[in-house]
Amino acid sequence: MPLVELRDIHKVYHLGGEEIRALDGVSLDINEGDFCSIIGPSGSGKSTLMHILGCLDSPTSGTLKLDGMEIQNATPRQLATIRNQKIGFVFQFFNLLPKLNVLQNVELPMVYSGLGGRERRERAMEALRHVELENRSKHRPSQLSGGQQQRVAIARALVNNPRIIFADEPTGNLDSHTGELILDMFRGFHREGRTIILVTHDPEIAALTSHKIEIRDGKIAANLDRTLAGLDRPIPAAV
Amino acid sequence: MNLVNVILTGLREVWAHKFRSLLTMLGIILGVSSLVAMSALVKGMEVGMKSALAEMGGLEKIRVESQLELPLHQRHLQDRVRGVTMKDVTALRAGAPLVHTVTPSVDVGGWGSRTVVEYRGKRARPYLFSGTWPEALEINEHEIAHGRMFNHYDDELARNVCVIGTGIRDELFGEPDTPEDGVVPIGESITINGQPFVVIGMFRHYESEEYRKRRQARLAAIARGEQPPSMGRDHFVYRLKNRTIYIPLSAMLLNFRTGSGVNAAADAQLSTLYMKIPDIALLEPALQQVRNVLMVNHAGLEDFSFRTDEDWANEISTTIRNYRMSGSIIAAICLIVGGIGIANIMLASISERVREIGIRKSVGATTLDVFVQILVESVVLTMLGGLAGLAVSFGLVVIVGNFSPEESVPMVTMGALLIAFGASALVGLIAGIVPAIKASKLHPIQALKYD
Repeated sequence: MPLVELRDIHKVYHLGGEEIRALDGVSLDINEGDFCSIIGPSGSGKSTLMHILGCLDSPTSGTLKLDGMEIQNATPRQLATIRNQKIGFVFQFFNLLPKLNVLQNVELPMVYSGLGGRERRERAMEALRHVELENRSKHRPSQLSGGQQQRVAIARALVNNPRIIFADEPTGNLDSHTGELILDMFRGFHREGRTIILVTHDPEIAALTSHKIEIRDGKIAANLDRTLAGLDRPIPAAV
Repeated sequence: MNLVNVILTGLREVWAHKFRSLLTMLGIILGVSSLVAMSALVKGMEVGMKSALAEMGGLEKIRVESQLELPLHQRHLQDRVRGVTMKDVTALRAGAPLVHTVTPSVDVGGWGSRTVVEYRGKRARPYLFSGTWPEALEINEHEIAHGRMFNHYDDELARNVCVIGTGIRDELFGEPDTPEDGVVPIGESITINGQPFVVIGMFRHYESEEYRKRRQARLAAIARGEQPPSMGRDHFVYRLKNRTIYIPLSAMLLNFRTGSGVNAAADAQLSTLYMKIPDIALLEPALQQVRNVLMVNHAGLEDFSFRTDEDWANEISTTIRNYRMSGSIIAAICLIVGGIGIANIMLASISERVREIGIRKSVGATTLDVFVQILVESVVLTMLGGLAGLAVSFGLVVIVGNFSPEESVPMVTMGALLIAFGASALVGLIAGIVPAIKASKLHPIQALKYD
């Protein structure tokens, strides 16, 4: 059974009386352990697709199954719980809270899942060790480089041990070398067996992934699953 | 998200904008401190007024005074007017069981009288000069500190003896530093309007609690060699009691003949009849009973009138209620203005923090989490303001105390502090609702896209 199952998803916006079909009948499956990329030019609907996949938004019509649960009709509260427990986000602009230090930022998802202070701290430090930033735990995000900030964001995405990690242009705001390091990290997570969905407009990055979905005008233009196509895992470590 | 975390987040947010938070809290600080100061001021007045009332004999005391002008419908009987007399005393003692300690009094003096007391060339004017019975001691809440009160033998023999207050002593024999260790003029002979009287007793010194404290502060200042603060004057009630002279009723009638002048001394007109009731609940029936007895005795002539301190007590209640009302309105307006300020700043800060809210929602904060967070921030802000306001209020009370009427000094009560603090929390709660709803309704995507 696929981890994520989309069937005939539509998303319609109304902008000044005009109807915009951001997604127009999208169906796709993403399996557990996939390193999946969603690629497409800006305005293609890939961000909308990711928002719906990431439970930040609800589709206008269609069904969405995540980890066996139908969630197209979930309440905002249920969506919040799913985001908290099953999904980790990594954004292009890092989206750390500037007033909190690194440790507190990583603790944030666990604050909302109601964990006690001691356990939060231990797990946050563990996640920071994972991204090799445990010695920066008391720093403010503004005292870190872009790459370090993105690693903090990754630690935050990992800390609740989610089923899926979403990354929206995670290297878009970094220089190529740092971007490379971050992508290496995602490849590492993939080897550990995690499911990763990466949104990008860069075909080179998409080429690194095992499952490539191309979106154009709100429809799926190409859906290439290398695992299914017989191209074996693991993906080469470097290009 | 547990409450401790939310509160810590709120405190962090307040701390991150120290100056802005302080400015925002100012309205609450003013509101809370003015609420406390106002209630302290009113409480002080209330306590001062009520202790003065108790000092005069309290609500259980009834006075019947001669009313020499008859009401209109009896005006044609004006020549039969005698006022209250000793016959009434006897009648009331026999026929009005609801009242006790019926005590006659003939008063000379009061303000503007020509009563003069002299001792070796020094002169004093009493506020109250009464010929009465020994029971006057009990009924007017007097206490003898030195010597003795005159007794019924003194009255029967019409002896020229008197009991004076410390105020009279101060003027005739010199004022000591502390009223307790002045001259005790027992056995001294003084003249009252030219008639010789022997001082056989002196009352204790009467003063309000506040005035005593002020006097001690002054003495302490003098002891330290500092400029002593000005004392002001104590409440009128205490000054009146300190400047009272009592002599036996018959001595008053024989020496000064202030009775009707027509009747013999035995049935002379009295100024006042004092009596007490055992319980305030019996006031109405007791008044009715006394009235009935007097009406029979006076053949229906209404040449007497009742005076109780009920009116005084009502007046105190009304005054206090009015002061409290106007003070509360001012404080409430302060708090409302402060609350509007808080709501305004919170709304502005929400627009600033759209991104933060989006991030929090994307990692799993529910609508309720965000709502509670903003609400708690608002309450934390106003409660900090409330605490600061309580601190400020103590200073404010001292300042206000210097302007307040001399006989009342502000009293800060625990209840006022709690109410003021509770009001600050309530204002935060109300002011935070709209910003909290606005913040919690933000859609995570919109919030994340926001720059």
